[in-house]
Amino acid sequence: MINALSLLSQAATASDSGSFEPPTINEFYPEVIAFAGTPFELNRIMLIRLLVTSLLILLFWLWSSKFKKSYKNNTLVPSRFQLMGEISLNFVRKSIAHDQLGEKDGERFLPLLTTMFFIVLGMNITGIIPGLNIAGTSVIGLPLVLAVAAYVTFIYAGVKKHGGHFFTSALFPAGVPKAFYILVTPIEFLSTFILRPVTLALRLMMNMIAGHLLLVLCFSATQFFLFNAEGFFKVFGAGTFVFGFVFTLFEMLVAFLQAYVFTLLTTVYIQLALADEH
Amino acid sequence: MISRIIAPAAEAAHNPLLPAPADLTWSAVVFVILLAFFWFRVLPNFKKTLDQRTEAIEGRLEAAEKAQAEAAAKTANIEAAQAAARAEASQIREEARAEAAAIGAEIKEAARLDAERYTAAAKSQIEAETQAALVALRAEVGSLAIDLASSVVGESLKNDKLAANVVDSFLSELETKKK
Repeated sequence: MINALSLLSQAATASDSGSFEPPTINEFYPEVIAFAGTPFELNRIMLIRLLVTSLLILLFWLWSSKFKKSYKNNTLVPSRFQLMGEISLNFVRKSIAHDQLGEKDGERFLPLLTTMFFIVLGMNITGIIPGLNIAGTSVIGLPLVLAVAAYVTFIYAGVKKHGGHFFTSALFPAGVPKAFYILVTPIEFLSTFILRPVTLALRLMMNMIAGHLLLVLCFSATQFFLFNAEGFFKVFGAGTFVFGFVFTLFEMLVAFLQAYVFTLLTTVYIQLALADEH
Repeated sequence: MISRIIAPAAEAAHNPLLPAPADLTWSAVVFVILLAFFWFRVLPNFKKTLDQRTEAIEGRLEAAEKAQAEAAAKTANIEAAQAAARAEASQIREEARAEAAAIGAEIKEAARLDAERYTAAAKSQIEAETQAALVALRAEVGSLAIDLASSVVGESLKNDKLAANVVDSFLSELETKKK
């Protein structure tokens, strides 16, 4: 394997053969397709985002019509399709919102949490869908927008409940000797008001970037070994293909996990902001 | 080695941490559209359906409980009515038996009294008739005997008082003999 990698890196550094091109960050900046130079520039990833948005709207429109119909006809037993929608929505509602925030506050923040979860999940999963092959969340914009939404929401929740006291109790935690505030307050400020949104956005984006690069690396290496390497080295193609396959499955897990983590952390931040002592 | 592979990435013009304007625009558009969609369309319908179901389930459970309670009450009523009917029946039977016994005793008593009365009446009638027969017989036999005797002994026995005595003593003698 080491040999294979060195062969790859040689190929990469040589680069004159053009047979093996390792993935670069430019993967995430595909060429502009339309509206070049305007703030509405469209490239492949933006198109994928719009496609995912349409698919999410289509799917949830169907589910929501089912709910509406079932409400109107007073049918109490859901169909299989309707039940799938209920399970999906209830995952966010029960396992995330109600568990962390309780029923009352859980319902208050449910729209944001539901939107967040399904956007992240939908955009992540495109990373392993053949033909799309890149996650909509792998460029900083969307993770950033979502993190800012989380940031604004947890500050709103805290201020709505505690007023200005929210900031003082966040920056000057109770039970700490006054002298330590010189040390504690900057740390608290940094961790609560700076690092929270930054880590939210970066965790998601970096996971998606790393996942995509890994997959590209595995499959382009497979291509290289099978068609450009000589003799014995062709066998490595099978190895890298298996790696690619396993990482595809792994990315499926990561896609779900990152959606879950992003939503759960947002919920926890809201919960901490609502808590009486923090 | 990995760093050597990824190395060209660092040289790239793009910094992945800095959002491009279009990136932010489309992200915001996507987020706002989906937030509004979930907020105002999906979740209200979803909640309505769930609430309706919860209500219906609770209502049905309540109705079932009520029906069960009603059925239990009805069963208890029926059992009580049955017990009462049974008690009444046995009472009626008891009364009837007692009445029947009383009537039977009464009838028996009446019959006995009747029988006694009839017996007594018959006895007294027989006695009276016997007495009458005896008296008549006595008178007739006396006169017949006297006639006979007078015709046999003649005029000497025409004294009445003496004749009567003779006849009486004779008859008493007869009676004692008969006995």
